[in-house]
Amino acid sequence: MVPLSWYLILGAILFCLGILGFLIKRNIITIFMSIELMLNAVNLTFVAFANYWNEHAAAVISKIVPLSGQIFVFFVMVVAAAEAAVGLAIIIAVFRTRETLNVDRVNLLKL
Amino acid sequence: MVHEILFLIFGFICVAGAVNLLVQRHPINSALSLVVVMAALALIYLLLGAEFVAAIQVIVYAGAIMVLFVFVIMLLNAGAEEHTVGSKVALLLGIPGVIALGCLVGWMMISNNAYLGGVRINVADFGDTHNIARLLFKNFLLPFEITSVLILIAIMGAVVLGRRSS
Repeated sequence: MVPLSWYLILGAILFCLGILGFLIKRNIITIFMSIELMLNAVNLTFVAFANYWNEHAAAVISKIVPLSGQIFVFFVMVVAAAEAAVGLAIIIAVFRTRETLNVDRVNLLKL
Repeated sequence: MVHEILFLIFGFICVAGAVNLLVQRHPINSALSLVVVMAALALIYLLLGAEFVAAIQVIVYAGAIMVLFVFVIMLLNAGAEEHTVGSKVALLLGIPGVIALGCLVGWMMISNNAYLGGVRINVADFGDTHNIARLLFKNFLLPFEITSVLILIAIMGAVVLGRRSS
């Protein structure tokens, strides 16, 4: 039986690595991938807590509560897919006008 | 016992892939290490008994989204990352802040370990598709319908943004 805290610590480590990537990487695509890493870390904590509630609160609360953690993961994935489509389209548009992927060279809203 | 060993193996693969994402200079290497992280996370979801989430993690994340990333990297012919001096504040304040945040959360979890309890693998009717589908199409029907509008807007936005302006 794995303690719940191990899952939460793994989620925290992945989230912090995502923030670090967001801060130190200069390539706009890699920064976008760091955001995906953070979303994945949050999904992990959602599923871990859903399992935890299924174990500890099934008798008290109705069946909706434990499973809704997984429903949230489903919605997070839908939003992440939509975000990836729009974000990558924006990256392509930025690359077309500036011919660079470095975020330090993209410092003007309008050319 | 087996459960703990499997968790440690997959958790280590997850963290190693995430660190590799930061260390690599070429975006395609970062994308492939992110695929490793997502596959290992899918296995951890299986350990938690969430089969449906594990399946859509592989199909949607490791499949669709990462293919989109790799496709864009190849389309833009992105080379290795160039070194530029960015914001000093982000490096001086951000990195110690992130490390402090990670240590704080980890310490909180470890000190509350006995209170939190454990996670069991063989829970009856936890992550199977039947229950999730019933919940999704009954209690969460309105948000589910709204996501279809969201995806439609995302498709239109991607088409408009990706169009070559003439």
